[in-house]
Amino acid sequence: MVVVYVEEAGELTQQALAFARFLAEPLHGFAAGEALEVGGVETLHVAEGEAFASYAPAAIAAALAELAERLSPSAVIAAGTQRGNEVLAHLSARLDLPFAANCVAATPGDLFAVTRVRWGGSLLEDARLDGGLKLLTVQPHSVAPEEASATTAPVERFTPELDDADLLVRVVERVPAAAGGVSLAEAKVVVSAGRGVGSPEGFAIVEELAGLLGGAVGCSRAVTMAGWRPHTDQVGQTGTKIAPDVYIACGISGATQHMAGCKGAKTIIAVNTDPEAPILASADYAVIGDLHEVVPAISAELRKAKGA
Amino acid sequence: MRVLVCVKRVPMTGGKIVLTEDQQAIETKHLGFAISPHEECGVEEAVRLIEAHGGESVVLTLGPPEAEEQLREAMALGVDRAIHLVTDGEEWDAQATAAAIVDAIRADEAASGPFDLVFFGNESADAGGYQVGIRTAYSLGRPAATGLKGVAVGDGGVRCEQEVAGGRDVYELPLPAVLTVLEGLNLPRYPSVPAKLRAQRKPIDSSSPERAPSRLEKARLVVPEGQSKEAVILGEGPAAAPAVVDVLQQLGAA
Amino acid sequence: MSTLPRQARAVVIGCGIVGNSVAFHLTDQGWSDVVLLDKGPLPNPGGSTGHASNFIFLVDHSKEMTLLTLESARQYRELGVYTECGGIEVARTEERMEELRRRMASAKSWGVEPVSLVTPAEIKELVPYIDESILLGGFHTPGVGVVDSLRAGTLMRERAVDAGALSVFANTETLGMDVEHGRIRRVHTSRGTIEAETVVIACGVWSPLIAAMAGAHIPLTPAVHQMIDIGPVPRFEQSSHAIEYPIVRDMDVFMYERQDGTSLEIGSYAHRSILHDPEEIPSLEEAALSPTEFPFTQADFDPQLADALELMPEIVADESVGVKYAINGLIALTPDGMPILGETPEVKGLWSAAAVWVKEGPAVGESVAEWMVHGESHIDLHSSDISRFHAHQKTRAHVKARTFEAFPKTYGIVHPAEQWSSDRNLRISPMHAREEELGAVFYEAAGWERPQWYEVNAPLVERYGVAAREAEWDARWWSPIINAEHLAMREHAGLFDLSAFAIFDVQGARALDVLQRAVLAQMDVPVGRVVYTPVLGPRGGFKSDLTIMRLDDDSFRIVTGGAHGMADKKVFRDLLPEDGSATLDDVTTAWTTIGLWGPRARDILSSVTRDDVSSEGFPFGHCRTLEIGSQLVLASRISYVGDLGWELYVPIEQGARLWDVLWEAGQPHSLTACGIGVYGTTGRLEKSYRAFAAELESEYTVVEAGMQRPRVKEQDFVGKEAHLRHREEEPAAILCTLTVDDHTSTSGVKRYPLGREPITLRDGRLLTDAKGRRSYVTSAGAGPSLGSYLLMAYLPPEHAVEGSQELAVEYMHERFPVTVARVGAAPLFDPENARIRS
Repeated sequence: MVVVYVEEAGELTQQALAFARFLAEPLHGFAAGEALEVGGVETLHVAEGEAFASYAPAAIAAALAELAERLSPSAVIAAGTQRGNEVLAHLSARLDLPFAANCVAATPGDLFAVTRVRWGGSLLEDARLDGGLKLLTVQPHSVAPEEASATTAPVERFTPELDDADLLVRVVERVPAAAGGVSLAEAKVVVSAGRGVGSPEGFAIVEELAGLLGGAVGCSRAVTMAGWRPHTDQVGQTGTKIAPDVYIACGISGATQHMAGCKGAKTIIAVNTDPEAPILASADYAVIGDLHEVVPAISAELRKAKGA
Repeated sequence: MRVLVCVKRVPMTGGKIVLTEDQQAIETKHLGFAISPHEECGVEEAVRLIEAHGGESVVLTLGPPEAEEQLREAMALGVDRAIHLVTDGEEWDAQATAAAIVDAIRADEAASGPFDLVFFGNESADAGGYQVGIRTAYSLGRPAATGLKGVAVGDGGVRCEQEVAGGRDVYELPLPAVLTVLEGLNLPRYPSVPAKLRAQRKPIDSSSPERAPSRLEKARLVVPEGQSKEAVILGEGPAAAPAVVDVLQQLGAA
Repeated sequence: MSTLPRQARAVVIGCGIVGNSVAFHLTDQGWSDVVLLDKGPLPNPGGSTGHASNFIFLVDHSKEMTLLTLESARQYRELGVYTECGGIEVARTEERMEELRRRMASAKSWGVEPVSLVTPAEIKELVPYIDESILLGGFHTPGVGVVDSLRAGTLMRERAVDAGALSVFANTETLGMDVEHGRIRRVHTSRGTIEAETVVIACGVWSPLIAAMAGAHIPLTPAVHQMIDIGPVPRFEQSSHAIEYPIVRDMDVFMYERQDGTSLEIGSYAHRSILHDPEEIPSLEEAALSPTEFPFTQADFDPQLADALELMPEIVADESVGVKYAINGLIALTPDGMPILGETPEVKGLWSAAAVWVKEGPAVGESVAEWMVHGESHIDLHSSDISRFHAHQKTRAHVKARTFEAFPKTYGIVHPAEQWSSDRNLRISPMHAREEELGAVFYEAAGWERPQWYEVNAPLVERYGVAAREAEWDARWWSPIINAEHLAMREHAGLFDLSAFAIFDVQGARALDVLQRAVLAQMDVPVGRVVYTPVLGPRGGFKSDLTIMRLDDDSFRIVTGGAHGMADKKVFRDLLPEDGSATLDDVTTAWTTIGLWGPRARDILSSVTRDDVSSEGFPFGHCRTLEIGSQLVLASRISYVGDLGWELYVPIEQGARLWDVLWEAGQPHSLTACGIGVYGTTGRLEKSYRAFAAELESEYTVVEAGMQRPRVKEQDFVGKEAHLRHREEEPAAILCTLTVDDHTSTSGVKRYPLGREPITLRDGRLLTDAKGRRSYVTSAGAGPSLGSYLLMAYLPPEHAVEGSQELAVEYMHERFPVTVARVGAAPLFDPENARIRS
């Protein structure tokens, strides 16, 4: 039996369920505070209490620990999001158990062996965990999600016992993002460039193209490290991981840490002077040329098409 | 104020990751090394806090003898001194790492007083385990906020900001606390030459802790198969622009 | 992308500054169907050109390097990529100030101007951010500049492409080469195969790997040189150009600093030698930056931070200035510090243009192209010639050992006679043990250990009253014992170890034809004659000089100095007919040579042989086999020291016996062991004998060197047409021997010029001949038997007047008066050659 921590209903949870089901049945779900509409589990156990009015990772982990104590699952799984990893890390600390984050595979029946990602996905690690209870999170978008079940799982509420310490870290405020602009993480089209643009002003042609496509502007780590653009524009392993329909990468060589941030893109178009640049091995289309000439030409062509 | 920042020495990879013959590690003979990106911002934040509030900053790493390079880099940014938990180059799993760090923190605090804040990177660029900071916090009985892009120290507490869809979530933690941070928290400075020279003379406290047995043990590394895409060359130079627009229109992007 | 052609007139591999330049200049000189390849992308394929500091310091002690640099600077200017900013070499120590004075002298000798020595205050005016209080002075070359080498290469390449003569293929890796019958035939690449009979390797640090594909050697090693960029520098924010202040070379600490936009670039040659194997260079994808930008090793640069801070505190101590960029850049180093140019001796048609700095790139391209197209370059490249290497010098171990030792000398103070200490004691002559017993001080040439002088002869110094040299620099790598040995030889006799000769036997039905073609002199001489002859290049200048013995109708033995022996070997090998009717065997290590000269030489020799060695029986310029004890000895009666005597050749394993026999026989005649100090310098200077690479270069004609014979042979030979022309013209310069009248410097210390110093009028004005060449000292040394100190120099005809006292030699920034003792080749000592012919 496997317990799945459900952060919110959606594709990532469906992926986690698919992964968990591959390991063992039955599946039980766990949610903190709210009874989410989730199918595919025998029961959705919901932790109740003031503590869960907002996100509180230590409290959630405490509740999960109590549930696990009661149900004795062979594994606790969650989606490998920031919070999924955080909650399971707390759980692993509480229970003094090893925790493998961002797994892409695990050997069914022998939960000692997993394959997990390193370097944001550019490298894989085969590893073994000891300990009775296995704690794993699932690398987002590495496992096919199972179809959402028509029926919602029955809910069982419980009130976990919590220490004061468990309550210290919880969200007390939500500061909304400045309105306007397309969010890089959500954009359907992203146009990005590297230091080859030459200067902060050099991004004007990139912004122009992104604007015409209704997309967001991204950049390489070298650009943010030079202080040319804010970190929020950075696409990469330590920046924003994007999954647009179209990613146009201009003058970006394709370092592994950058590719880790954009491999979710459905279609990649590379603009580069070097036909052997690493990015071309991951690109669907390429233009061999200087971005200073190619990017404005694409914008001009788009305007023509729109005008026509 | 006393602030500790924990860093890890990681290789700086290029366009392709190459493994050693035994598949146990990345081939690093052509690669330089750096402080893992997230914690580089932790170092900068620690230095800024001491600049603002006075006190002492310390940098700690668990790593091979060569990791001294990263300690000197951190001290060149302004950190006052360093603790080096020297390993023989073998990887330590998160639990063993956290345990050694906890011991070192306790020892240092016994000698010099508590750390108001301990910074970690949210996850290391290489192993990406997401847990060393949290485990350390738990052992020390301190609250931990993670994935932070904003840190502001007030009276006896720290206001932490975490980016989420639609905005930022705010936590308010009492001190002492443990924070794991993300790149983007700040823009780290470039060290000046005088700072580098001073860093050469700053003290490093070295020890070689015993390694706890592995509980998450790496068996081998595997470079994932590329999709082996053959990019369709749409053309050369600006003359390719019409072909690009065709593709964009087909994809429904234009 | 267009497809690779199946065939090409020439394939140039490597698209850095050198490859681009070679390709362009080949087309500029008339070739078309030239193909240029690189495994990397354009415009920056990832080699050393891409990260080079790109500055051109014009002056070098080497004439060859300086001429290549001056020509390159001219080409960079013509391409519009040269930014003149000036360069200052600064001195923190008095020793360095002396070195700067020598650099001034070299500048004058090679024609670099304007140049000047500057005071600390003047340096401060030019470079306001320097702390001049730690300096003693500087050497300022205003013409120094910074170039855009990537752009220069691109422009050259594009010119050739536009002319329709060149096609370029980037991202095309060379995978192999085919050699047939010793000739290059085709190149296999990742895009296909090209048939070509001429291939040029201009691959920088990768060159050894490419050459190995064809079984050839390019003996260089990749080495690291560190550089960092710091910025933004407040003072530079007001600059409107990328570089507005002179480049500073802080050579005492092996560093340089230069403005680069708003940053200051700081480079270092101070660190330990960091050598890499060419196999270690990563591919483009594996490399984090470019394949020749290795990760920075901070520990190696730490001491340099303090040195830079000391020199430029205004910038370097500024806490707001951050270290933005730091690399261990890869450059190519060679065992002797000179480039590697020319057709490889192993494979015909395979050329090397490797180990070249940005500052020589364009001129090297032009010179190699000239060499390929016309058989010779207009700049003499004998020091860079790839055929110069002896077998052991091509090994990885030797290359590494010497480059490891050479790297710290990049900005070091190197004495012209300085000896290497690494990889010694490889080639040991059969007389070595005897020489050790006599306290030989061994110098190395071509790998051979040769006695320069013998400590056992120290008492002769007092006996002959030889004066010491007072200045440490003049006395370094020298001993008064040399002069004493010389005098002992002239008085009695001297015994010389000449094992380092390179010896080649040319044999066969066409052997005479080959030699006639190769050399200036008439070679159809009777068997048993010895001919000394220059070897000319196509333009009539000197390619070499050597002696040849006719051992039989179809058998000739060529004897030449070890230093240039391998290059000479290629000259003759290249002239051999394809059908094998003449062959060349390198018998260097089959024979050893002992020299016996002096008034008592005949007395000594005749006491050990019954064969006729009388003056009539064995005339000068002949050779024959003598029986000396149990040994058959080939005796050749010639003398590079200009005295009565013989070169004696025996099989190498018998050398020690011959030495012992002669030594014992010589004792009653006061025979003295004499070193190369006598053989190479004092002996020949007194006799005005010229030396290749000193007086004799491709730049000077036979007539200018005063070596023309009464008649020119009717047979054709390389350079004949040019030589005939030279005989009709007035020489633009005449080789003279000068004596130094007064060695006393302003401090009272006597100084002795060592070579390469400029010859001036007494008031300091330099002498330039009609071809634009400066007068400078080609050889310097004592003429002990004359009681003079001798200099050789080419003088414009109006100053080549025997007895004239209007000239001086400039040494250590002072002028010492000289007299023109001899115009032309007639000896000063024993002008009738009575001793040699006695």
